[in-house]
Amino acid sequence: MTDHVTLPAPRDAAPAPGEPLLVAEGVTKHFPIYGGFPFKRKVGAVQAVDGVDLTVHESESFGLVGESGCGKSTTGRLLTRLMEPTSGKITYAGQDITHANRKELAPVRSEIQMIFQDPYASLNPRQTVGTIIGGPMEINGINPPGGREKRIRELLETVGLNPEHYNRFPHEFSGGQRQRIGVARALALEPKLIVADEPVSALDVSIQAQVVNLLQDLQRELGIAFLFIAHDLAVVRHFSQRVAVMYLGKIVEVGTRDEIYNRPRHPYTHALLSAVPEAKFVESDEDDRERIRLAGDVPSPVNPPSGCRFRTRCWKAQDKCAAQEPPLLQIAGNGAGHLTACHFPEEPTTAARDEDIVLDPALAAAEEAASQKPADDAGESGTTL
Amino acid sequence: MLPFLFRRTFGAIVTLILLSAVTFFVFFAVGDPALMSCGKNCTADNVALIHQNLGLDKPLPTQYWDFLSGIFVGRDYTIGHCSAPCFGYSFATKQDVWSTMMDRLPTTASLAIGGAIVFLVIGLGAGLLAAWKRGTVLDKVVTGVSMVLSSVQIYILGPIVLGIFVYSGVMASPKYVDFTSNPGGWFMGLLLPWLVMSTIFTAQYTRMSRSTMIEQLQEEHVRTAKAKGMPARYVFLRYAWRGSLIPIVTILGMDLGSLFGGAMITEFTFSLAGIGRLAINSVTTLDLPMVLGVLIFSAALILVFNIIVDATYAFIDPRVRLS
Amino acid sequence: MTTLTTTEGTPVPTGSDPFLSVRDLYVRFSTEDGIVKAVDGLSFDLERGQTLGIVGESGSGKSVTNLAVLGLHNPKATEIAGEIHLDGQELTGAKEKTLEKLRGNKMAMIFQDALTALSPYYTVGRQIAEPFMKHTGASKREGRQRAIEMLTKVGIPQPTLRVDDYPHQFSGGMRQRAMIAMALVCNPELLIADEPTTALDVTVQAQILDLLKDLQQEFGSAIILITHDLGVVANTADDLLVMYAGRAVERGSVKEILTRPQHPYTWGLLSSMPRLSSDVNEALHPIPGSPPSLLNPPSGCAFHPRCAFTAEVGGGRCTEERPLLPEGRAAACHLGPEQQHTFFTEQIKPRLG
Repeated sequence: MTDHVTLPAPRDAAPAPGEPLLVAEGVTKHFPIYGGFPFKRKVGAVQAVDGVDLTVHESESFGLVGESGCGKSTTGRLLTRLMEPTSGKITYAGQDITHANRKELAPVRSEIQMIFQDPYASLNPRQTVGTIIGGPMEINGINPPGGREKRIRELLETVGLNPEHYNRFPHEFSGGQRQRIGVARALALEPKLIVADEPVSALDVSIQAQVVNLLQDLQRELGIAFLFIAHDLAVVRHFSQRVAVMYLGKIVEVGTRDEIYNRPRHPYTHALLSAVPEAKFVESDEDDRERIRLAGDVPSPVNPPSGCRFRTRCWKAQDKCAAQEPPLLQIAGNGAGHLTACHFPEEPTTAARDEDIVLDPALAAAEEAASQKPADDAGESGTTL
Repeated sequence: MLPFLFRRTFGAIVTLILLSAVTFFVFFAVGDPALMSCGKNCTADNVALIHQNLGLDKPLPTQYWDFLSGIFVGRDYTIGHCSAPCFGYSFATKQDVWSTMMDRLPTTASLAIGGAIVFLVIGLGAGLLAAWKRGTVLDKVVTGVSMVLSSVQIYILGPIVLGIFVYSGVMASPKYVDFTSNPGGWFMGLLLPWLVMSTIFTAQYTRMSRSTMIEQLQEEHVRTAKAKGMPARYVFLRYAWRGSLIPIVTILGMDLGSLFGGAMITEFTFSLAGIGRLAINSVTTLDLPMVLGVLIFSAALILVFNIIVDATYAFIDPRVRLS
Repeated sequence: MTTLTTTEGTPVPTGSDPFLSVRDLYVRFSTEDGIVKAVDGLSFDLERGQTLGIVGESGSGKSVTNLAVLGLHNPKATEIAGEIHLDGQELTGAKEKTLEKLRGNKMAMIFQDALTALSPYYTVGRQIAEPFMKHTGASKREGRQRAIEMLTKVGIPQPTLRVDDYPHQFSGGMRQRAMIAMALVCNPELLIADEPTTALDVTVQAQILDLLKDLQQEFGSAIILITHDLGVVANTADDLLVMYAGRAVERGSVKEILTRPQHPYTWGLLSSMPRLSSDVNEALHPIPGSPPSLLNPPSGCAFHPRCAFTAEVGGGRCTEERPLLPEGRAAACHLGPEQQHTFFTEQIKPRLG
């Protein structure tokens, strides 16, 4: 590690495809917890999202990854203003929508659409596909030339469904097809931004690829910006030009796809990438990736650790990490727009280290025991299939 | 858990105060209770005297306060001291309302608690058996019988049972005998009322117990217990049954009111001198202090049992206990 | 017309019998809509100390197969045919009492979602100790001692305190560890792990998969790892069975299947899956259509409606004749070995980046 000169990060300095479309500054959402004795009162808060800064540019695909409880879904709901933030500022196309009311939001709502994870729960089972997809047009009083039905049939075709299925009900479709219906509904108002919250994680692998391809085509051909929220790092990598990594309500690192996946600096990004089980399709390929095994689970967002929130699971943590929260900055050696919130960043590589980092005590103990025992009984019996 | 019980108890007390206030004002503010107390040969002097005796000449809030404080510290009437808990004197019998209720309580309590034990034991047991033997003839018989019986009301079954067992001379007419002096007589005297009263509940709890058991048997943790090699009967009783109790306890809590109503109808059907019959009689004779007393007392009982039911959740489910 | 050729895969005599041997397994459920052919003639073997990955999408029959090995299907609604031999013992026709003695003892199972798979009503310690006490006749005190020992082994901090906790007091990763402790408490020789890490976060998944591997070294168990994630098997299993619509379509070592897959369905799986090292400019190649209904599976090869290579086989064989899965490294496909090799190297491999 060289010196730790940190430069203040100019926002949006990264080479981006267009003008900033959606900007979040210090966006925070705390859910109050009530309890206590003898009378209920506010005793704490789930700090689901705690000061998130991010920018989605026009026609850009922006990925948001993190594990459960990191606040990525809440962030999606805040940015689409399905929820009102506790504090911070959200700007859409230059307009402050942080606390905009229903009326003020109406024009924005038609430009920002959402796709949800569960294609079973997010479609009304009593409505036909035509009614579902036409819903947004009806609410916003939009009458496309040629009539709504014509437009709906076009949309069905766009997402790869048969336009003749206009009058069918959601239960007559498979999971992947239902997700396409959700996509068609999101497209009905010709949005500029789609927030997709785990759009493929409920689908089977082969179907997942169909939906990912569909979304990618829409993003490229219609120039729609995407905020793609998912826990699957490989899917996010495939889909997103820029990626932000969240941990316990904060963005710990943000950068281009290449920066995040090949030159990560935050220890958590390193751990996350190293944990992805990767299938190798080439015979000679040894796993040349670093091996990092963390200990325990993600702490509760009710009582997050002081300072850097990752410090309780980090192998580089020092006193400074507990005392001082690391700001999200462009640290020395990083390109513009590659921001990392860490006091003691890692080398920008994911190559295997001289020694694995194994923090899990049970795992460490088992590996210690195994390394002391000579491996003499290996390869004795083979599976006959 | 403790804060929860505390809040529930506090809520119950508030409910009781509101209930007593509403009923008190409805009964004493609408119409002149003195006229009802006075009887047929009533003179203006008599009415005035009663007004003074009962404190009806005072403003209403004062009257209510006197009534409420009487329950806790007792109250002095011209005819003598009424010791706490004082609900006043009956217009009809001139007896102390509280002691009249206490005289009647053992009958109603025996009826309600005994009936509840009957339907819980038989109902839950039959439901368990049907679930265990699901799909067999036994299951179909149990399900069919409970389907029919769950629509048989007490006031229909009562006379039929009386006709078959009592008027034919097979059994003595049901009556209440003090438990401490003659347990055998107590049991025999209440056997028919118990059975009549609990039939409809038994049928309903059988069906519920069967369906919640079948639901629980589909639970993944029940499958895990089987996958550990635990014997089927053990899995059934230790894993599935425990979970099936939660919805049953919930319904039981909601059924407490109907249980009291059932006891009331049963007392009437079998001419037993319980609180239920007392309530019906005092309503028909417009015996306001008695009606008020019975109302508040039974409401208090139901609230207490509801709290007990809530506490039962904690025994069944550690997720409730430890939250 | 489907010419259903009889049994597939007669065991080749190899001297000693395999530890677990499944032959021509059929599992059928009767439902209101008809008979679901959940497993439709499946055969595989597994040796002690080895890990077999079973990969497939939902409805491929991978979980149903393994519940059948443990005998956990409701006998009233399920029809099971075929043979399952565990260490020479026949399981398909075995009495419930016999199976009870084996479950949790010689063969144990880890389920996907520990929150629902553990009872909320009993402490973690009791649930771990129960099978130990049942199978070894240990006392309550010994059971508790063993539970603490197992919790220590799977890496639960402060095991002497946590043994008295209820599952809801554990975090997701800890619950899954407790489930592993419960499955391993009697040193099972066969461990079936059904999507053991699917409900977990990726960092926790990595911890638990590695832990499972290490514990296998220590206990010497044979493991069946059921998953939809090829990445998980790639790092954990020795051999692999790819299932589609209740049948095995390809089997071989993990390395063989990942580097030289033979079946068009396996090709589809590999090329529809984004990886951290794949070329982002190469689009994913999904398998068209959806998995078939098991109420009325397609005739011939169940994959033919989604297969791009049926024309190469010709003669309508794919729609009429069910392809067999030969013994050893093989795929159940009418394409000849030459064709498979050519199509894979020329068309599929370039997509994989």
